[in-house]
Formats: sequence, C-alpha cells, structure tokens
Amino acid sequence: MPALSPTMEEGTLAKWHVKVGDTVKSGDVIAEIETDKATMEVEAVDEGVVSAILVPEGSEEVKVNTPIARLGGEGGAAAASAPAPVEKPAVASEAAAGDPEKQPPEAAKPKPEGEGATPVTPKVELRDPELPEGVSLVKTTVRDALRDAMAEEMRADGDVFLMGEEVAQYQGAYKVSRGLLDEFGPKRVIDTPITEYGFAGLGVGAAMAGLKPIVEFMTFNFAMQAIDHIINSAAKTLYMSGGQIKASIVFRGPNGAAARVAAQHSQDYAAWYGHVPGLKVIAPYDAADAKGLLKAAIRDPNPVVFLEHEMLYGQEFDVPEGIDWVVPIGKAKVRREGTGVTLVAYSRMVGFCLQAAEELAKEGIEAEVVDLRTIRPMDIETVVESVKKTNRLVTVEEGWGPMGVGAEVAAKVTELAFDYLDAPPLRVHQEDVPLPYAANLEAMSMPSVERIVKAAKAVSYK
Amino acid sequence: MARGQAGTTGRRKANGAADTSSKGAAGPTKEELLGYYREMLLIRRFEERAGQLYGMGLIGGFCHLYIGQEAIAVGVEAAKKPGDEIITGYRDHGHMLTCGMDPKEVMAELTGRIGGSSKGKGGSMHMFSTEAAFYGGHGIVGAQVPLGTGLALANWYREDGKVSFAFFGDGAANQGQVYEAFNMAELWKLPVVYVIENNQYAMGTAIQRSSSETRLHKRGVSFGIPGEEVDGMDVLAVKAAAEKAADYARSGKGPYILEMKTYRYRGHSMSDPAKYRTREEVDEVRKTRDPIDHVEELLEKNGWADEATLKAIDADVKKIVADAAEFARTSPEPDPSELYTDVYTDVAAQGGRA
Repeated sequence: MPALSPTMEEGTLAKWHVKVGDTVKSGDVIAEIETDKATMEVEAVDEGVVSAILVPEGSEEVKVNTPIARLGGEGGAAAASAPAPVEKPAVASEAAAGDPEKQPPEAAKPKPEGEGATPVTPKVELRDPELPEGVSLVKTTVRDALRDAMAEEMRADGDVFLMGEEVAQYQGAYKVSRGLLDEFGPKRVIDTPITEYGFAGLGVGAAMAGLKPIVEFMTFNFAMQAIDHIINSAAKTLYMSGGQIKASIVFRGPNGAAARVAAQHSQDYAAWYGHVPGLKVIAPYDAADAKGLLKAAIRDPNPVVFLEHEMLYGQEFDVPEGIDWVVPIGKAKVRREGTGVTLVAYSRMVGFCLQAAEELAKEGIEAEVVDLRTIRPMDIETVVESVKKTNRLVTVEEGWGPMGVGAEVAAKVTELAFDYLDAPPLRVHQEDVPLPYAANLEAMSMPSVERIVKAAKAVSYK
Repeated sequence: MARGQAGTTGRRKANGAADTSSKGAAGPTKEELLGYYREMLLIRRFEERAGQLYGMGLIGGFCHLYIGQEAIAVGVEAAKKPGDEIITGYRDHGHMLTCGMDPKEVMAELTGRIGGSSKGKGGSMHMFSTEAAFYGGHGIVGAQVPLGTGLALANWYREDGKVSFAFFGDGAANQGQVYEAFNMAELWKLPVVYVIENNQYAMGTAIQRSSSETRLHKRGVSFGIPGEEVDGMDVLAVKAAAEKAADYARSGKGPYILEMKTYRYRGHSMSDPAKYRTREEVDEVRKTRDPIDHVEELLEKNGWADEATLKAIDADVKKIVADAAEFARTSPEPDPSELYTDVYTDVAAQGGRA
C-alpha cells in the first residue's frame, strides 16, 4: 500500500486494474486506492508480469507499506538491478519497522530549551571600539551619519550598491542618500519603480549571486509588500540550502510613527522581523550607532533589517570623525547608569527613556537606561545584569504590546532573573489600536515620557 | 481539445523559430542526441523512483514530479553557457539533474538525509548548488522570478556576460511580482530569459479557467519584452529557442520570454488525484507527444541507435537511479547538532544566548 499523501496512514484498495499474469509497464494504472483525501490511481513504475495479488479488491484499512501485489521482472538481469516496484514496500516496511537506524533518532526530537537542542553559543565579548586618542567627535545628524556609512562602505567595496525608490536623482525621499548618485553613478545608486515586492526580490537574487545590496524602503510600512522576500527568500535560504546560499543584504528605511500620518504609515516592525530566525534586526538611536551599526550591517554576510526613525533623522549627536567606526551587532548599550529601575528601549524610545530618567531623578529614582540597539540577536545579558542591580524592569517600545519586543524582554528576564525582581515587569507601548490621525488621539496612543515615568514609579511602588 | 491544438501549434511554431535561428547550422550530432535521450531518461527514471520512495514513506511532505516536462530542462541546459544561472520553482528535480547535481545528493535530500544537497534541511522544494549555478528550488509560487531577475542584475552589474534562466509555470505567470520583475528587467535591459513551463494546469486549475490571456508568451508585450511559443515536448526546439533567447539577452538587448508548451503526466504533487482532467487526455499526450519517444524516433530515423545501444543507456540510467535510491535510503538522518547550524553564517548570532 503506497503512501499517496503526506498524512495517509492506511487506505482502501478500491479496484484492481490488473490480474495475475498481466504484463504491465511504467505508467500503467494498476489499481485505484482510496486515501484519506481522495481516490487515487496507482501507476506501475516499472515493467513486469503480475505474479500475485496479495490484497484483494475492496480491502479496507490496509496499512501503508503493506505489500499489495507481487511483480515479476521481465528478465533476470533487469529484475535484479531494478526490482519491481510493488515488491519494494515489503522491504521498506521491514526496514522501517525493524531497523532502528531508519527511525528518527531520539535526539532529533525537539527538546525544551536548555536541554541540549539549544546550542551552547560561544560567549563573544562584544564592545564598542575604543576611540583612539586625538579622534574628534563631530556633531552629525542621524541622516548624514547613515549616508556617510553607506558612502564609506561603497568606497571600500565595489559589490555594495544602493537601490530603492527615489534614492538616486531625487537624492532620497528623506535625503538619506543625498550625494551618493554624484559620487557613485547610476549603476550603484539605482532608482527603482514603486514595486517593493519586485525590487526586494531582485535585491535578494543579486545577494544570492554574491553582491551586497542595500535595499532602501521609503518606509518599512511599504516593506510589508516585500516581506515574503525578506523572510522566505532572504532569511531562510542559508538554512534550506545547508549553508550554501548566502544573502549579504541590508533592508533599511524609516520605521515607526512619524507625526500625523495615520495608521498605514505609522507602524513599528521590530517585533515582526525580530521573530524570524535568519534575520538580524537593528534599531539604532543616536548618530554614532546609526553609522557604526549600518557599516556593520553592510559588512555582515547575513540578511539584516535596519530600522531607522524618521523623527531622529534630523537630530544631531556626536560621531567619531576620521576613523573606520564600526559598532558590533548584538550588543546593547547602557546609556545612563542607575540603581532604581531598568528602562529597556530601542530607537526613538531611548530618547524618551533618557528624558524620563531625568524626571525620575527629580523624584529620587535613579533609572538605568539600556538601549538594545540590536533586536535580534538580542543582548539579554546586559538587560539581566541591569535588572540584577535595580530589581525592576520597564520596557518601552513604539509598537503594539501583544507579542512585542517588551514581551520578549520581560519573558527572558523573568526566566533568567526571576529571583531578582521586586515587582512584575511593566511594558510601555503603543495603545492596542491602529494609530489615529486626530492629534489628541494620536498623543494618547503613543508612548510618552509621562507614561514611562508612571510605569517606573509603579514598579518602584512609589 | 485545447491541449491537442496547443501541442500541434506549439510544435509547428517552434520548428519555424528553430529553423530561423539555426539557418545553415548543422542539426544535432549523434552524440548530442544520445546525450539528450540519456538525460531525459535519467529524469524520468529518477522521478519514477522518487514516486515509489514516496509511496514507501521514505519521502515526506510535498513532492512534485517532472515527468513529461523533461525536454525543457534538458533543452535549456544544452543551450546554456558555462556560468549561466538557473532558478526555478518547486518542480525542480529535473533541473537539478541536468545542471549536474549528483543524483545521490538530490535523492538523499528527498529522503531528508545528511547526504542530501541541503543536508536534509531543505527537502524536495529547496535544493541549491553554487557549483552548478543552480539557485533553487523555491516554494513560493513566482518568487523565483524576481530572484532570477536579481541574478541577472548581478550579471549586468559585473558585466560578466552571463545569462540567468528563470523557470516558472503557467500558475506563477499570474503572480503580480512576475510583472514587477518584467518591468525592471526590460527597464534596465537585464540578461534574463524567462522560461514559462506551461503544463496547462496550475495545480487543478486549467489555464483557461485562471488566465484571461492564455498565450503566456504575450505577457511581456506591455513591457516591450519579446516572447515566443515553443514546443516544450521537443528538446531540439527547446534548445534552439533557448539559444536564440540567450543570445538576445547576452547581447544587452534585455529579457526574453519563452513559453514552453508542455504537459505533466503526474498529479500536481503526490497527493493530487488529478480528477480535473481525463485519463484519456493524459494517455493521448503520452502516446503522441512524449519527449523521450520523440528523441528515440529521431535516433532510429538517423540510424544512430540500435536497440542494444538504447538498452545499454537504459541499464546505465537505471543503475544511477538505483544507486541514488540506495544512498538516499542508507545515508543517515542529520545529526541533532545540525538543528542550529546554517541559521546564520556566524554561530554567535544563532540565538540561544540565554
């Protein structure tokens, strides 16, 4: 009895089309079998003479791999080199039942985390590069820091190029790619049509061929059209190919809410992409991280989702000048030290947390602000170390709460530092609604400094 | 019936195209023709065995057989130049075998073993070979079209003279992303040949029921991409058309569409009872248009192969397939330690940090 569907365990032999003594050849229908899904015609896969019918017509609940007939080979030699098909199941059946090697190895079954299946990851000490003496810090906008990162990497590596909507002649919808067309020409700074699904796919294909594309989405809201290529084509192919096909590609663009652009243009995708093995996900806050992490992302041989923030593009921060500034992916940064409460955030919300920390300090609560910087792989150790010191955790994100980044951080901290917590962790996030347009409702929906302060006080029982 | 007409039209037209492009050129040599015969037979015997192993429970999940469509993979392969890339959807075993992947590795991937070309982690729909410039094996209908166009973008970027062949079916031809790719390919004159394997059924839906324009080679018209219909059951017609299209793309003129009229003998996947067409329809194609029979006839007509020669090829192919099946049966399952490899290129990024 052949298995005729992925789920079939037994079948009914509805009808025989051959009888003993008949000669059959490849492709001849020999029987009809009712499966769990349909009635299927079974074809012979080789030639021969039917020597015995083992399961009569009308037999029900015939288990898969039960021999149903015997086929004698035409000539001795042919039969020996390619035995008749319907004889095979008997062999396979014995093999499957009797040979322990044919069973899935016990160890292959998934095990709970921490019981062997999870790899022991070699501990890599990641830290920001030391600033050599004499390096000056220059006030730079996040926008220009991102541009500088791309320009430096494109100068260093001819395989790096930028493609996206309005990146070339228009100089970037948000002016992030300003000047790149002039320096690198139209072959390396490519204006695409407004076809996210298509150009993301082209980018991934070029990456599979060994180039290092930077694919700019005008905003990540539009990348939902392309998410199939980001996940199914870019993130999964290394694994599906057993390590053969790499995709060194960066998907970048503004993420999260700008101001008054309503629900379809105001979504934070950190949790969406952070969910996917095979992707690295970065969401920087200041200009030095934007530059150093984007350079790291472009050099990384894996697909990277690089989430920027429109509201930060124009903000100025210190950026080291004149050195190859690369910030390691996967390392969080403690932006403010404190012992009262740990505030964990990424992207624009880091700034909100720093402000909240100032407010809290006035009330005698010293907050420690942890900037995740990388969503995946997440540096949970830095968060846990902080919580061990403060015993209190508040997570802050622009995205929705359910299944969010804060939910993941809280779960991990609960798992790894339960005994250190003096209060249940609290999450600050966008209200669980599509972002409204009306100014008052929009303000109510978004996380605010005030709400962060309130949550920090709540976990401090103050 | 539509299929009959389509087939006849296809063969006539394709021959015309082949005649034009190969005017004055010699026909296939004996060695070439014997080679095509052998390659097509290898695919057919391999797929028959895969179907058998599926029935025995050694292959799981989805398994889409290429039987009936052999002339397309073999004909295009014959037209390719070294380094030209190919990419296709999930009906992919035939392409793997013709581009030079080891039948043992392909079969062992089907059975999910460590000896498989993806170490057992990809399965029937997800195999690759950088060595053979075979870029998959993709399970999302139509996704290989932008990806294959991206391979062409890399060729254009590097100016390396390579052409990318992106194969897809009549079902995929209705996906929106196909047209996004067409637009960019023509806009930037990318060296890509789109090979539509029109087997006339998108799973269970006949092309007339899914497509407002069933002449798929015309689907590039609004982008300015030339296209032609080819008899996909005739390996020589396929080769001639693919050569012409590849020359066009390689010379910097941009993409080209080839609609290969073909037919799959088996169901869409192993669990498809194929009730949407009659047994007679399938038998008719097998009897009158079979791509392997066609080459066999040509060999006989030219006096290039007696029965002994063909039997020897047959025995050789059977042995390759039997060895592949044996390897696929005996190669062990992947070690549990493989569960977390190849998620990222660097182990440190593989999560599990805490």
